[in-house]
Amino acid sequence: MTHTLDITKEHCPMTFVKTKLKLAQIAEGDILEVLLTDGEPLNNVPRSATEQGFKVLDISKVEGNIHKVTIQK
Amino acid sequence: MFDFTEEELTRYSRHILLKDVGVEGQEKIREAKVLVVGAGGLGAPVAMYLAAAGIGTIGIVDGDVVDLSNLQRQIIHTTPDVGKPKVESAKETMNAINPHVKVVTHKDFLWASNALDIIKDYDFVIDGTDNFPVKFLINDACVMAGKPFSHGGILRFEGQTFTYVPGHACYRCMFKTPPPPNAVPTCSQAGVLGAIAGMLGTIQAAEALKYITGVGELLTDKLLTFNAKTMDFRKINVKRRENCPLCGEHPTVTQLIDYEQGTCDLASHKK
Repeated sequence: MTHTLDITKEHCPMTFVKTKLKLAQIAEGDILEVLLTDGEPLNNVPRSATEQGFKVLDISKVEGNIHKVTIQK
Repeated sequence: MFDFTEEELTRYSRHILLKDVGVEGQEKIREAKVLVVGAGGLGAPVAMYLAAAGIGTIGIVDGDVVDLSNLQRQIIHTTPDVGKPKVESAKETMNAINPHVKVVTHKDFLWASNALDIIKDYDFVIDGTDNFPVKFLINDACVMAGKPFSHGGILRFEGQTFTYVPGHACYRCMFKTPPPPNAVPTCSQAGVLGAIAGMLGTIQAAEALKYITGVGELLTDKLLTFNAKTMDFRKINVKRRENCPLCGEHPTVTQLIDYEQGTCDLASHKK
């Protein structure tokens, strides 16, 4: 199952806090698509997710400064 | 599941960011019930850090009122609190730090007659007391009830602590009986560097949080001691003893005991 999370309005460290909350709420193996802005969120969220044992499947540009990070739990 | 509000997510963000705690660990912290015995030098930092951490229910036991001489180390109380019951003053500070925490006050000392009844509602117990009779009472009650607890003691520039979990060494495995009354001075007689209380109390708070979240290795079967004059820390391996009078194979301590207090302790408790 695929879930989405928009953290484009959040700032560090709440970007990853919100990502972790959503990841805790979904089932093992599910996919989470996270919409975030470039700069700090784009640098930190995929790196932290990988460090904490999640699998970052893809990072792609959506439009403007917004990117989509696809994470598997 | 994991229904944290926006305010709670921000408040606990530094816990949630930790790989070993996360949302799941914070949920365990929120569901936990911890009893702090003594709202003094050790109980003050323990209760403040546990409240800040978001422990759902914190019980606090103390029959004393705040005295001016407490303020040098008992940082949960402030100058306007002098004369107020310690449990009330402690509750005010804890709820000022974190209004989400339910603080249950027990305005009494722990005795053989009430110990089991008070500890029964809690998952983890903190020994923040200043005298041997109550330290043995907490140990005995927790071993009998199968409750984990953190032992803590401070004097002058030194501190010691260990964590009891059922199946591991208890206080009586290390020290069979309390020393005779007045044989060992208490803080009120010998003095204590105030910051030592913070050093030891925060270790106890960390042990409680580690137990609740299941993170890391506890101070079980280890006695941690330190001397702040040299800042030497030692971890001494201890073993559960088969001939322990309490948790051994043939226990001789089968009911709770109110050991005799030193005269100075009694005087301060009767105030």
